[in-house]
Amino acid sequence: MQPIRKFLSSAWRALFGDPVRAFGIVSLGLLLALAIAPAKEHFSQWHSYQRHYLSLIRDRGDAISLRRRFEPGIHQIWLPELGVVDRCTTCHLGLKEASLADVNQQPFRKHPVVPHSLENFGCVVCHGGQGQATTVVEAHHSERAGEEPILPTRYIESGCGQCHQNSMAGTPQLNLGRNLLTRYGCVHCHSIARPDGTKVLATDHPPSLTHIADKTTRQWIYSWLKDPQAYAASTTMPNYKLSDTDATDISAYLTSTSIPQAGDTATASTKPSATADPSAGPSLYGESFCASCHAVQNAAGNIVGGDVGPELTRIGNKAKPEWLAAWLRNPRIYDATTPMPHYRFTPQQITTLTAYLQGKSDSDYGAGVHLDAANPQQIAHGRKLIVELGCAACHEINGVQKPENFAPELSAIGSKPLAQIVFLPGMEHSLPSYIVAKIRQPHAFGSSVKMPQFALTPAQTDAVATALLALTNRSRSMPDTLRVAAVPETNYQPAGHAGKLITELACFSCHRFNGRGGDMAPDLTWEGSAVQRKWLTDFLKNPNTLRPSLIRRMPRFNLSDGDNKELTDYILAVYQSPAIDADLAPADKSAPDTVEHGRQLYYSKYACQSCHIIDTKTDKGYIGPTLSQVGSRLNSAWIYAWLKNPQALRPGTTEPNQNLSDDDARALTAFLMTLKGQAGRGAK
Amino acid sequence: MSRFNANNPSAALALIALTVVAGCKHAPSPAAELKAAAQGSAIVETSGGHQVGVTGTSMKDPLVVQVNDDQGTAVVGALVTFRGPAGVSFDPASVLTDSSGQATTAVTLGSISGRYSLTAVTPGKTKAATLDVVETALGYQQRVGSILADKYCNRCHDPESSAERVSNYDNLSVKPHPFTEGDTLNKMSDADLTSIILHGGPALNRSALMPPYGNTLSATDVRALIAYTRAVADPPYQPAGTVYARK
Repeated sequence: MQPIRKFLSSAWRALFGDPVRAFGIVSLGLLLALAIAPAKEHFSQWHSYQRHYLSLIRDRGDAISLRRRFEPGIHQIWLPELGVVDRCTTCHLGLKEASLADVNQQPFRKHPVVPHSLENFGCVVCHGGQGQATTVVEAHHSERAGEEPILPTRYIESGCGQCHQNSMAGTPQLNLGRNLLTRYGCVHCHSIARPDGTKVLATDHPPSLTHIADKTTRQWIYSWLKDPQAYAASTTMPNYKLSDTDATDISAYLTSTSIPQAGDTATASTKPSATADPSAGPSLYGESFCASCHAVQNAAGNIVGGDVGPELTRIGNKAKPEWLAAWLRNPRIYDATTPMPHYRFTPQQITTLTAYLQGKSDSDYGAGVHLDAANPQQIAHGRKLIVELGCAACHEINGVQKPENFAPELSAIGSKPLAQIVFLPGMEHSLPSYIVAKIRQPHAFGSSVKMPQFALTPAQTDAVATALLALTNRSRSMPDTLRVAAVPETNYQPAGHAGKLITELACFSCHRFNGRGGDMAPDLTWEGSAVQRKWLTDFLKNPNTLRPSLIRRMPRFNLSDGDNKELTDYILAVYQSPAIDADLAPADKSAPDTVEHGRQLYYSKYACQSCHIIDTKTDKGYIGPTLSQVGSRLNSAWIYAWLKNPQALRPGTTEPNQNLSDDDARALTAFLMTLKGQAGRGAK
Repeated sequence: MSRFNANNPSAALALIALTVVAGCKHAPSPAAELKAAAQGSAIVETSGGHQVGVTGTSMKDPLVVQVNDDQGTAVVGALVTFRGPAGVSFDPASVLTDSSGQATTAVTLGSISGRYSLTAVTPGKTKAATLDVVETALGYQQRVGSILADKYCNRCHDPESSAERVSNYDNLSVKPHPFTEGDTLNKMSDADLTSIILHGGPALNRSALMPPYGNTLSATDVRALIAYTRAVADPPYQPAGTVYARK
């Protein structure tokens, strides 16, 4: 110890031995301390990036203008309404420099073209991360409480979804994700409220199970519960990974509590009133355009057909023949809100179609399933499982109430703090990776997790994650004026006997009227202004297709003459557009030279034949409807208004607005009105 | 820490050794696990090349390559390693060829739009065989263009029909140019393309079968369509450089 003490005392004397020397040393110390702050700035990361940027642009052709636009120091975008304090542009210096498009070296790359400006939206709204940070790690990777790493590019559309509650053409992944959230029934269990307070509503149609024993067998329910996708690859029902016992007990409860349907039911009409015609089955299935809504898996494993109704690949394994016949006779008796139309089939057709559908079966499906009669313990256990798993959140089940708030609310899942998440070992600590893992393999997060495993592809899972990541606190806290509201489906319901017919025929499943309905077939809101009475009557009797290349088509409903007239009257009277001015259209009989002028305009100036067919021998256009009998189909006032501005009558239609002069539009209308064709001559 | 090292070098050595061992255990090299059972001499593309995807997302179809020997027959159990520029990821990055001699990987492109040149490598007997595959990633603007093209343009401009869309290409007396046809479209300036979209074929003395979209599409839409056309052009589109005054 002696040498150390000796050394210390000599050092003290050397530094502070006399007042002048002490003053000098203290001053030096103070100077050094004062230099710390400038030195820290000089050696800071952002400063070195700015020096780097200057050396990068030094040798470029436009160095002078780039240099002039460069501002040294910390940059900041401050947008209090969005909660944005972004200093990203301190290092990302070339975001707005179009000439730096060829620079691939970050952080100097130009930002790709997007519809929003940097000054008005900042960076973190879309990209996440910590906008206030000025070091690479803190800005991009920080995982501390309340912070989040940069959002991977694959989920970038979630940024759009914070403000845009509506569906946009430029965000297909977000649109798909939102669609899946409602179509796969996520919102039956998880409540999601949009920032404006409206609830996201499910668009799927989970069947009621109150009369399930009329429809199918307990063996089928068992096989279905074990693996829904083994029955129908495209079904949205998730796999609950049930044990054999659990599936047995749930099937026992469902069949034992099922109530036979009253009225025109399976049991009431077991007597076959006609014999099936096996050869007519496929053509009846085809003519009825069942495939417009129902899919079937073909031999190559592809699922062909629409997705409005359930897949029918193995319907014969599921549906009891007597139930199927009753369903085809009138589906609304079993399920009052089904999207399936009431077809008005003849008894012969019903028998034929039932036999044909019964033939769609797989002898291996459920072959090994033998269930003993259920005992009360099994039934009680089945009920317990149904309550635990929340089956009644989607399906109506006798004796079990629909649970409220069965699963956590997801209205702000996009801002869930990482500190509240239990990550799996080896998993990336970020919100997107947690959401994706939870959707893909919910059971990996513990055996007590009730969430089932949905059959989603990786791309669909990413889409759902994108839609969920858009549900942020920022989205909820920003002023309403900054958000674009979702366009809600109206609750439009036509009145009277025609309204009842429209409901029975399930027109809303494919057509849209006044903001409600499907998008498979044309919007009919202004149909009454468009078409002529005779054509509409004939079309409803036998809908021949207007568009040669169309795959999904309108079926025939075998309407009675009375019903047909009722519907025609209603459509012509009610679905009238106020924008159609009959005075502007040419008279029914136009001068021959006007018609000839129209014909020349059609074939030469506007080359309408590239998309439409008039003469099936010479014209080939596949895109628009066939026009060979347009003169007996459409009203001249409608044709004139349509030619002047198609998008005004049907927003989003692909026919371009050609900005026709009034004279050209009138001549074209006159020509088109002469095309009377023969009924039924439409191209096949 | 330094005092600990100075006083007890053996402990420090043990610590370093432990760190190295633990590190190895933690991140085993994936290639090291795969033991090639055979070697080929050539590698050919089976499917999955020339796709157009979206930045940061997985390509729709996986990339499938086949390893052949000198006689051109498929080699089973050959090691194939996939490489690409920064930002591209492969799942898996290394794989042994299956019973039909094929190696399959899912490709995720980086967050920068444009062409990505990917390479598949298999170690040969004398030297490694490689295969280059090009994939395209669309950015926001180009993808908006591709969506618009699907709605308004491709039914005539794309000769291929799909299950959901019948092509109108064969019905037209004057054939439209597919958007991938770089030989023709690369020679047209942005101004000409804009003009033909806005005012139709006659604007450039071309066929009236191409209608005008000036009252249907916005200026942003047209820019997006052109950006998309440029992105998918084959051969690739080279924009004319900007000329600046020398300093």
